[in-house]
Amino acid sequence: MIIQPHISIQNLNVHIGENHILKNINLDIPDKKVTSLIGPSGCGKTTLLKTMNRLLDRQTDVRVEGKVLVDGENIYDPKVEVTHIRKKMGLLSQRPFPLPMNIYDNIAYGQRIHGNNNKKDLDEIVEKHLRGVNLWDEVKDRLKSPATRLSIGQQQRLCLARGLAIEPEIILGDEPTSALDPISTQHIEELFLQLKEKYTIVLVTHILRQARRVSDYIGFVYMGEIIEFGPTEEILLNPKEKLTRDYVKGFLS
Amino acid sequence: MRKTEENIFKFLMILSTIIISSTLFLILYTIFSRGVGSLSWNMISKIPEGGFYIGKGGGILNAIIGSVYITFGSTLLGLLVSIPIVIYINVYAKKNSLLANITRLSYDILFGIPSIVYGAFGFAIMVYMGLKTSLLAGIITVTLMIIPILVRAIDEVVRVVPEDMSNSVYSLGGTRYETAKILLRQSIPGIITAILLSFGRAIGDAACVLFTAGFTDSIPTSLDQPAATLPLSIFFQLSSPIQEVQNRAYAAATILTIIVLIISIAAKIASKNLSKNII
Repeated sequence: MIIQPHISIQNLNVHIGENHILKNINLDIPDKKVTSLIGPSGCGKTTLLKTMNRLLDRQTDVRVEGKVLVDGENIYDPKVEVTHIRKKMGLLSQRPFPLPMNIYDNIAYGQRIHGNNNKKDLDEIVEKHLRGVNLWDEVKDRLKSPATRLSIGQQQRLCLARGLAIEPEIILGDEPTSALDPISTQHIEELFLQLKEKYTIVLVTHILRQARRVSDYIGFVYMGEIIEFGPTEEILLNPKEKLTRDYVKGFLS
Repeated sequence: MRKTEENIFKFLMILSTIIISSTLFLILYTIFSRGVGSLSWNMISKIPEGGFYIGKGGGILNAIIGSVYITFGSTLLGLLVSIPIVIYINVYAKKNSLLANITRLSYDILFGIPSIVYGAFGFAIMVYMGLKTSLLAGIITVTLMIIPILVRAIDEVVRVVPEDMSNSVYSLGGTRYETAKILLRQSIPGIITAILLSFGRAIGDAACVLFTAGFTDSIPTSLDQPAATLPLSIFFQLSSPIQEVQNRAYAAATILTIIVLIISIAAKIASKNLSKNII
């Protein structure tokens, strides 16, 4: 089977200070699929995710070598405008962080900073994306109330809607359910399964069952290296590498 | 045994709390009880008449207006300078970069410099530039004094905004400028506290304005005229041997306290209204 890559990482090396965090990563993230990155804590999977939208830029002493191609464009090219790259991706972090605004403005924010101030347009976008994350019915009567009044599970769906409202192509999830209760987790997972029709999803998770439930492909990251990458069933049931086998069986954590 | 120990320390804590809060009330009581008698409409609506400082008529409107000008002017000017500094070291400079750390250290040091030193510095600059004592010189000197307070206090609150908040804005394709606006919005209560702190310092400081704003019995009508201030007005009246004039000093202190009180309450209300959206 030929995988059509959406993000293609080539010979990526990341150093933070003296530490070699990511070692010679080569990875093709398939288009319109859910790809999970699994691995023990501190293995570099979150760093790998952050290289994909250049959120690492903010940190001191970071050296990134190699290429990350998104739609064939190297995002580490000095000529690339970083806001343009990030606009292509929605990020979902471990804990939801709504912006200090009301619910409506949270969703409209992304559109506004990219220059869309048309009220009618924004109304439509807000409704569409709140519906998209199944939040509309819960919040339609209190769009002007602070986003912080929502439960944490609702906040995470709000943050997903906020990301989707800038019309990205890719969704990056950094353990997006780790702060959520089981019901909210289920909501998010179901959303991912719906969203992969239209988006490429990269999910960092340490929950193997979650990776199994939602992903089409799995990459196993260990000590800053991609040990193995392949279809979900293959990685979880029939891994080629001993390290992967040990991790999947729970010997390695 | 450990129970007794705990009780002893609890008692000591309550005792020190009582001592400190009663000091506050004692101060307020002293000022109010001695000042209220001399407080009159004339006091706050008239400028000093001839012989005011030896017990003749008039009021301290000149000092009230002067203080208000200097305090508001310097707080505003201070904010205009401090907020960009805080934004720079928190958003534009890389995290824990040398420049950011040096900036923080220098403001820590400036924070500890006594206000008379700022006064002397402002005075030296004035002499060098051939300026006279004026409202503008007073505002600038007081601004220099309160910038470290503003920078440190605002930096403290902007710094603790979770990084994920800025990452949210970045990942939506926001620029650093847009991120900065969100960080400030999230920090509104802290910024208001910072403003209050610097406002209190600015309105109460005598040493900074002594050589720079000067003292006058008239109300300044432009920036190059000298201006009276409440702390200096209190000082001059209190150094009089005449009982009546001394009592007026307490009345002036009462007015100063009331102004600070009004501003604090207004800031509390503003803070509550402006911060309903923050997380």
